[in-house]
Amino acid sequence: MSSETRIVSRSVVLAQTNIDTDQIIPARFLSTTERSGLGAHAFSDWRTGADGTPDPAFPFNREDNAGRTILLAGRNFGCGSSREHAPWALRDLGLRAVVSSEIADIFRNNALKNGLVPVVLPEATVQTLMARPDDVLEIDIATRELRTPDHQVHRFPLDAFAQTCLLEGVDELGYLLSREPQIALYEERFHAR
Amino acid sequence: MTETTPNAPGPSTLFDKLWNAHVVVPETDTAPAVLYIDLHLIHEVTSPQAFTELRTRGLAPRAPARTKGTLDHSTPTLPVGADGERPFATPAARAQVQTLIDNCAATGIELFGFESAQRGIVHVFAPEMGFTQPGMTIVCGDSHTSTHGAFGALAFGIGTSEVGHVLATQCLLQRRPNTMSVTVEGDLGPGVGAKDVILHVIGVIGVNGGTGHVIEYRGSTIRAMDMEQRMTLCNMSIEAGARAGMVAPDDTTFAWLADTPRAPKGEAFEAAKARWRALATDPGARFDVDVSIDARDIRPTVTWGTHPGTAIAIDRPVPDPRDDAERKGQRYMGVRAGDTLAGLSVDVVFVGSCTNGRLGDLREAARVLAGRRVADGVRMLVVPGSGEVKRAAEAEGIDAVVRAAGAEWREPGCSMCIAMNGDLVAPGQLAVSTSNRNFEGRQGPGARTVLASPATAAWAAVRGTLGDPREAFAAPQTSQREVA
Ligand code: SF4
Repeated sequence: MSSETRIVSRSVVLAQTNIDTDQIIPARFLSTTERSGLGAHAFSDWRTGADGTPDPAFPFNREDNAGRTILLAGRNFGCGSSREHAPWALRDLGLRAVVSSEIADIFRNNALKNGLVPVVLPEATVQTLMARPDDVLEIDIATRELRTPDHQVHRFPLDAFAQTCLLEGVDELGYLLSREPQIALYEERFHAR
Repeated sequence: MTETTPNAPGPSTLFDKLWNAHVVVPETDTAPAVLYIDLHLIHEVTSPQAFTELRTRGLAPRAPARTKGTLDHSTPTLPVGADGERPFATPAARAQVQTLIDNCAATGIELFGFESAQRGIVHVFAPEMGFTQPGMTIVCGDSHTSTHGAFGALAFGIGTSEVGHVLATQCLLQRRPNTMSVTVEGDLGPGVGAKDVILHVIGVIGVNGGTGHVIEYRGSTIRAMDMEQRMTLCNMSIEAGARAGMVAPDDTTFAWLADTPRAPKGEAFEAAKARWRALATDPGARFDVDVSIDARDIRPTVTWGTHPGTAIAIDRPVPDPRDDAERKGQRYMGVRAGDTLAGLSVDVVFVGSCTNGRLGDLREAARVLAGRRVADGVRMLVVPGSGEVKRAAEAEGIDAVVRAAGAEWREPGCSMCIAMNGDLVAPGQLAVSTSNRNFEGRQGPGARTVLASPATAAWAAVRGTLGDPREAFAAPQTSQREVA
């Protein structure tokens, strides 16, 4: 995973609350054995109008949103299934961070493993940010701060280990493998009977 | 596996005991705990990329005997066709299933594939086999892994990267979650079941009310439930955002396990029982959050919107939308604030899934269908959760009741719950489903879903509209069209 300290971008806004992983990537696109290429199907059912053609007003179809790497989303983003295809799809769309007042547990875990930074801020702050999607926001992983052009600084919680992983590109599987002696000891102690 | 750490202070909860017994490396401010995983379940959808990762790194599974595989999500529920081929929805689905078969063969993981009489939905077959046991940590790349908590296990869903972690190290990096008790006291009314209880609970605490928490279900209502009902309950913990749901093991749990092929036998079983009994939450142990529910308040419950938190009793009016998402949900579902859902016209009825695809659920549906017909224009699918459920149901003649009523009887699998295998609801159609998610398009693009119990679903199939299932047991069955 590439390591980067700051994410600087304007935002894409999906204000709806409880956006579930079935919306982020519908189940019919899960019949893949790959991680890549899912961005094309992200929000598939929201991107097209009733006639099946792309809805030009949908945030991820809008030309002026191209290249934006921060998603501002309504409360309880990523609820539902454990599919890691959801953060894979969002990363494939080019997103680097999701800002919401609440992010579902499994999604947050999966996001962190894929370099998608979950930024949880109070609902009122998220609302304020949503009103100004063209502001260039700066998410600083090292200081756990989101900064706005008018010099507002919002601190967000980020687990110290997750922060290290994001900053230094720590490989979680490698970290677990390095605990082999303790794992072997545990297995001996608890499973030898 | 069930020892608590010697320094655990004071009375402990079931969760505390399970967590402490599985800590390989304790958590610190700078690092999560390394938690040992006793049982790992895999299926075709969330595992292929994990096996690829292992291969890329030149790793083999650490303890292949602790992982069990099955085929369920992309798997057809129609039998092999006249051409000798399984009717996969897409070539990709076929390839995905084959990938799991190949990965298991290459790594020595036991797979319950097409040739197995026990193959089924991962959360249905594992408890039947006795793989799921009290005191265990259990994970699967599937959020409804919470189902296994019904046995007093700590069971939760993980992502595909974590599937790779468990394959390679039998461990996960985890922060200790908070705890929540949900206590339900009293007798359930007639026609009210476990599905109604959990929909009611989610309605009370909200679709995100359990976020960051592990729920323990307690109280006389829960103790009176059989294992299938407890699984229905724990299954939907994730729909309240909870990490896991659990019920302390008791004689009901032990009786179920005694009948399973892979649980310990004889003296080993007796010894295990003594350890399992000690897992229950100690008197005086504290939870971070306590919720109390009176069973008498629970009626047959259904959902009006596009997430499971929109649960209401079937005879209550749809509430005013509280925000844009709820307004959108009501528009999507075609319901109006102030109306009750009874009378809503139904196109499809689905009885099945890891929530309500067990023998007791099929019996409940069959009781309603017996001597009746599915209404004209309604398509009803009954999908047993596993080969074992199918066999037991057929031995009782449930398949005959289902077919006589004009409904389809299928092979085991996830089917219309996730609509990956070709079983799906057409755009705009309204489905009453015993599954667990009513998200937009969950059962097919544009499909609308009302979540309900098996009795409510079957009664909707007979009426052609949603109705109170208590009527089904009151109404004389001869008033319906004769069984063909
Ligand atoms: S039945 Fe539905 S919820 Fe259960 S494992 Fe299958 S797809 Fe998931």
